[in-house]
Amino acid sequence: MTHEELQEIARKEKERQQGFRRKVHVCMAAACLSQRSDQVKAGIEARLKEKNLEGGCHVKGVGCMGLCAAGPLVSVEPDGTLYQNVRPSDETTDTADIVDGLDSAPVPRLQLDPNLPFFKAQTKIVLENSGKIDPESIEDYITQSGYEALLKAITSMTSAEVIDQVSKSGLRGRGGAGYPTGLKWSTVSKAGNGGMKYVICNADEGDPGAFMDRSVLESDPQRVLEGMAIAAYAVGASRGYIYVRAEYPLAIKRLKTAIKQAEKLGLLGDKIGESNFSFHIDIRLGAGAFVCGEETALIASVEGKRGQPRSRPPYPAQQGLWGAPTLINNVETFANVPPIIRNGGQWYASIGTEKSKGTKVFALAGRVTNTGLIEVPMGMTLRDIIFKLGGGIPGGRRFKAAQTGGPSGGCVPEQFLDMPVDYESLAKVGSIMGSGGLIVMDDSSCMVDVAKFFMDFCQSESCGKCVPCRVGTVHMHNLLEKITHGKATAGDLELLESLCDSVKATSLCGLGQTAPNPVLSTLLYFRDEYLQHIREQKCSAGVCATIDHSAETAEVKA
Amino acid sequence: MQVYQAVTPPSEDKRWRIVEGTMRRHGRQPDSLIEVLHTVQESFGYLDNQSLEFVARSLRLPYSKVFGVATFYHFFSLKPKGFHTCVVCTGTACYIKGSPALLKSVEQEAHIKPSETTPDNQVSLLTARCIGSCGLAPAVVFDGEISGKVQPEDMAKRMRRWLHHDA
Repeated sequence: MTHEELQEIARKEKERQQGFRRKVHVCMAAACLSQRSDQVKAGIEARLKEKNLEGGCHVKGVGCMGLCAAGPLVSVEPDGTLYQNVRPSDETTDTADIVDGLDSAPVPRLQLDPNLPFFKAQTKIVLENSGKIDPESIEDYITQSGYEALLKAITSMTSAEVIDQVSKSGLRGRGGAGYPTGLKWSTVSKAGNGGMKYVICNADEGDPGAFMDRSVLESDPQRVLEGMAIAAYAVGASRGYIYVRAEYPLAIKRLKTAIKQAEKLGLLGDKIGESNFSFHIDIRLGAGAFVCGEETALIASVEGKRGQPRSRPPYPAQQGLWGAPTLINNVETFANVPPIIRNGGQWYASIGTEKSKGTKVFALAGRVTNTGLIEVPMGMTLRDIIFKLGGGIPGGRRFKAAQTGGPSGGCVPEQFLDMPVDYESLAKVGSIMGSGGLIVMDDSSCMVDVAKFFMDFCQSESCGKCVPCRVGTVHMHNLLEKITHGKATAGDLELLESLCDSVKATSLCGLGQTAPNPVLSTLLYFRDEYLQHIREQKCSAGVCATIDHSAETAEVKA
Repeated sequence: MQVYQAVTPPSEDKRWRIVEGTMRRHGRQPDSLIEVLHTVQESFGYLDNQSLEFVARSLRLPYSKVFGVATFYHFFSLKPKGFHTCVVCTGTACYIKGSPALLKSVEQEAHIKPSETTPDNQVSLLTARCIGSCGLAPAVVFDGEISGKVQPEDMAKRMRRWLHHDA
């Protein structure tokens, strides 16, 4: 495949699509599919056929449009009309009405304003194709400059130049830790002595409350493959693995299709772009172990073993998969690479804050009106994310905290709402950026209970290899249980705090080292709630069921 | 050079051919263990001793290692599931939005707790750490299909329908 051939594919596909007067896009990502968007699509197609309109109108299944709360979503191009909560034809006349309105007026009862801040305040780089292209068509991806970056890298750049652009872009690992991507690539490229090297894409999105990677894989799988191939070229690898959760069947299916299509066009496989660069990608399925998000555990799992981490160094960059130098990046990190190579590192570095460049995809969930997927420039304030894009807290309730970083992160309270969201600022207030799960909590959540929830998660996900994590998480969970049952003493709280310190300091891997974070951050900002549980056996949120709710009942009576 | 000796499957069941296919595709490499276990579970619904032994011999791995891997990962089940399965997501978003109430509702209707199956083998209740449908919290997977914004009453209704064999 040469650059000209690629452009020819893009031209042909564009021409085919321009032949249609109207294009109807139906979201076919997991959230909308679960609301039967596949049948919405079928309904629209049937109606078009009925009215003999198929020639001029094209129905396309696309990836995630973002606003999962209002799904299934349908958009009509070129007018940009957006429809929400569209029901299939066995329930309502929605699909027929949409088709009937294609050439006349849109259907007001289903319309969703595309100028809402939720859509307008986003800056899309990773998600630029999501909701626009058919994730199962490589041609559609190519019309959006797909694989241009890969061919550009292979044919006109040296691997050092590729790494240089990635370094200049300031891109940092989107899996959570924020390690500079360019630096990681450069380490792997220098490692080894000419033998085998591997590139692994970490798609084991285990954080509860995070679904960015699932959405990217379901909406734009080719982009992840292209990012991996560019990385492989840069570091000198010839084999890649995508380690994806078995819990994401749709993402796996679309990845498999994408790999096949790319291989067929010679964009993956041997001698890509008629060069000497070869790169093959295989899929490896996870099997439900959170710890496999840790890179050394992930490597063990790809090797078919129990996913237990080992101590570092040696880092995977030196000794990874089967002992060979291995580059591991997260899905979103790889998805950022093609536009960086296309537009240059400088361009990417112009977005974001001083130390956190570019954009970040967040999965907005919990007690917020517009749940869904958003991509915003680094440095946007939490207030803007939750209240402007997210539409605020439903039901007239009061914002209490935003949880970021999953079981390794913390809860950010109200006083930091105006803080810019980037790696440094979140770390300063005791949380982490994490992979992008952002769970909003209102006053109906008890923070002690939330800490207990995460500790329950960590104790059952602990791999059992090191004592501090295996034993410590169980004890911390027991203490939290005691507190929520109103049976704890002040001494228990002291013990909990000292356990947090030792587990944090002595665990083998990131899981144990960060397991105390949810407790520490809630203790820091919501200590009153802990004390209320201990001293007064009360839970003001009314969550901890076995203890006295007299305060709440009194309020109801009044 | 080690010559591969064919290992006979535990039974005549045709599903073993699918498992054989996966092993062949991976050249019976020991590192394909997890992939092979996925195929066994997909084909038979769970992993029993017999199948673990077969996989161990076919991939030339010690049984202890195969058993170790099968029990390490939550996704693998060593017990058969009921006719219907109901997976309640207990991720953060679902937890905040009421997944504990959903579990309680199943417990009341079907008298089973997570990882249990009703005595008549009709319904298995499972939990997932996060199915990534946080926008639809609380989410439940009923027989492989995701349902969003599930209320305890929906849950109770579904349980009654399943338990009375008229699904």
